[in-house]
Amino acid sequence: MMFVPGNNPGMMADAHIYGPDSIMLDLEDSVTMAEKDAARLLVHNALKSIDYGNTEMVVRINPLNTPYGKKDVEAVVKAGVDVIRMPKTETAEEVKELEAEILKVEQEIGRVGETQIMAAIESALGVVNAYAIATASKRMMGIALGAEDYSANLKTNRTPGGAELLLAREQIVVAARAAGIACFDTVYSNLDDMETFRKEVELIKTLGFDGKSIINPRQIEVVNEVFTPTEKEITKARAVVAAIKEAQAKGSGVIAVNGKMVDRPVVIRAERTIALAIAAGVIDKEEAL
Amino acid sequence: MRNSKLVSLEEAIKRSGLQNGQTISFHHHFRGGDKVVNLVVDKLAQMGFKDLKLAASSLSDVHAPLIEHIKAGVITGISTSGLRGALADAISHGLLAEPVVFRSHGGRGSAIANGELKIDVAFLGASSSDELGNATGHGSKSICGSLGYALPDARYAKHVVVITDDLVAYPNMPQSISAADVESVVVVDSVGDSSKIAAGAIRDSKNPRDILLAKQAAKVIINSGYFQDGFSIQTGTGGASLAAVKYIREEMLQRGIKASFALGGITAHMVKLHEEGLIGKLIDVQSFDKVAAESIAVDPLHKEVSAVEYASGQHLGSATHALDIVILSALEVDTQFNVNVLVGSDGIIRGAIGGHQDTAADSALSIIVCPLLRGRIPCVVPKVTTLITPGKSVDVVVTEYGIAVNPGRPEIKEKLEDAGLNVVDIKDLAAKASSIIGTPDPLPFGNKVVGVVMNRDGSVLDKIYNIE
Repeated sequence: MMFVPGNNPGMMADAHIYGPDSIMLDLEDSVTMAEKDAARLLVHNALKSIDYGNTEMVVRINPLNTPYGKKDVEAVVKAGVDVIRMPKTETAEEVKELEAEILKVEQEIGRVGETQIMAAIESALGVVNAYAIATASKRMMGIALGAEDYSANLKTNRTPGGAELLLAREQIVVAARAAGIACFDTVYSNLDDMETFRKEVELIKTLGFDGKSIINPRQIEVVNEVFTPTEKEITKARAVVAAIKEAQAKGSGVIAVNGKMVDRPVVIRAERTIALAIAAGVIDKEEAL
Repeated sequence: MRNSKLVSLEEAIKRSGLQNGQTISFHHHFRGGDKVVNLVVDKLAQMGFKDLKLAASSLSDVHAPLIEHIKAGVITGISTSGLRGALADAISHGLLAEPVVFRSHGGRGSAIANGELKIDVAFLGASSSDELGNATGHGSKSICGSLGYALPDARYAKHVVVITDDLVAYPNMPQSISAADVESVVVVDSVGDSSKIAAGAIRDSKNPRDILLAKQAAKVIINSGYFQDGFSIQTGTGGASLAAVKYIREEMLQRGIKASFALGGITAHMVKLHEEGLIGKLIDVQSFDKVAAESIAVDPLHKEVSAVEYASGQHLGSATHALDIVILSALEVDTQFNVNVLVGSDGIIRGAIGGHQDTAADSALSIIVCPLLRGRIPCVVPKVTTLITPGKSVDVVVTEYGIAVNPGRPEIKEKLEDAGLNVVDIKDLAAKASSIIGTPDPLPFGNKVVGVVMNRDGSVLDKIYNIE
């Protein structure tokens, strides 16, 4: 998910050419108070007039308790945004409040239920309430960590190793999995240190995250490299899936690959590996199995 | 020394027998740092010359003082590869009575060699020279490396004056310009600003669009069928061109492929690949940075060539005829694959033909790397503002929205499609640009011809009209 300032038409015009899975146009922190209205209009028109292809379009709105939040919801829902990202989410009630706002606008334009919600968790309270937030609405598609505000709230600083974020990251992954929705990690802002960035992406992949938020197209390649299954992983996954099919055909309950018994979690992982490989464009859907 | 050719600039001009109405020439190896053109033309004006024709290999921002000399009638005609800055702006608005003649580097070399462009007196700046006129692009005050664009002038001009700020003991060798071709040697305080003559190596671009374009260009090359052991290549100095070299290098290492030679303006990037053993030889008409300029002085496999040897369309021995792959840039490309590198979307001259026409025509595979949009300016258009390189010599156009292949090269299209690249119709690219930006208003061109674009065979390709 690539962050693009909502007050920069040049960046908004062609953010999709770099191939991010989703683009988040920002109306919140990257836009000054004086530019809030102009940026909202720009984002509305970008969503309506630019052909972003298959890229999932997300807009980060201002909190509903600011003078801008509700206007943001109206502008982006009317422009047909896929997902609204809610900043600084701390409770399930806030999600429900946003849901009500979205519904109001959707009813007005006759497009009910199309807009999804992603909640950014950026405080200790938010982390504690992660599961409640994740399950607060059937529109919830994912939760994401916002590390800058979170570490400030914890009264600590961000470090290259990210020790201060460990609990929040794990809690968010667990909450998302329990709720059956997606989870995304925070941004890494030093563009000149691709090595530490790569390590961070490897870490969050291991923790179970579905993806990483990025601030520059140059980071896309690293995320894709880390998340794209290797040839070896794909071959192994294919063998597992083939073995299941064979076992099912024979009516056998026991599955073995290379002499080793395969149980349910292994099968689920294999299916996920193949889904990721298809998403990354490494293999075709038809040739997947 | 006996037979010394050392004289003052004024004496050299007197000795040359230069007359009003005749042609004087200059090279552009000192780039934005050049002081020679302004110095000489100031002196000519002071001596009362009028109606001179100025034949430069190229002119840039630094030559704005020529505007006053044109107004005073000292200079009444110009031929060059390019124009930039205030001079270009004034000429675009109709400053000169006679149109400027634009030639490619190879085209200029040919025109000088075959007598179409007759030079009466060549004033050739050199980083060092001895008293007899053995001159090079290496000196204690400045280095520019290759003097390739000055060599046809040295050889064919009726009279040659070498101008240097570093007089060295005879024999200055190995020399670029031979004393046998030189009539006078003039020592001046400075031939140019050394920091602008040879800058350090151009840093790798961090612009994501450049990187995207570079990766696509590299993929085109790798999958074109020409990426085989012994291939040859020329690239420009733009961010995307240089970044493409990086990706091509990685693939060369991975596949164990080596290039036989790199051609053209040579950069530090090419020198690095050569020193790593990935490129056998460097054929250098212009050394683009300090690293390249230093390398040519010490490396026998890094060879200086003249503009004729580099890119003449009329000399079969020129290096472009042996070139496999060239990466070029563009201001505009149209749906017929025609390219404009000279006139901006505002109708004002702001570029140079350089070796564009020559390398596109002679190479086996010419790739134009060009963003679809530059801000609010569309770069893939229905028709180019000015025709510089005809579409029949352009094979592939790489943009951030897709890769277009000339219908005349179906085999390349097939290869790129097989490799999974995003191959699109160039008309769709133009339509995409227009859907994002809209159709610009037509430019307010007048009726006066301010420039004539020559093809490398000496025919006229296009005319540039004054902008109002």
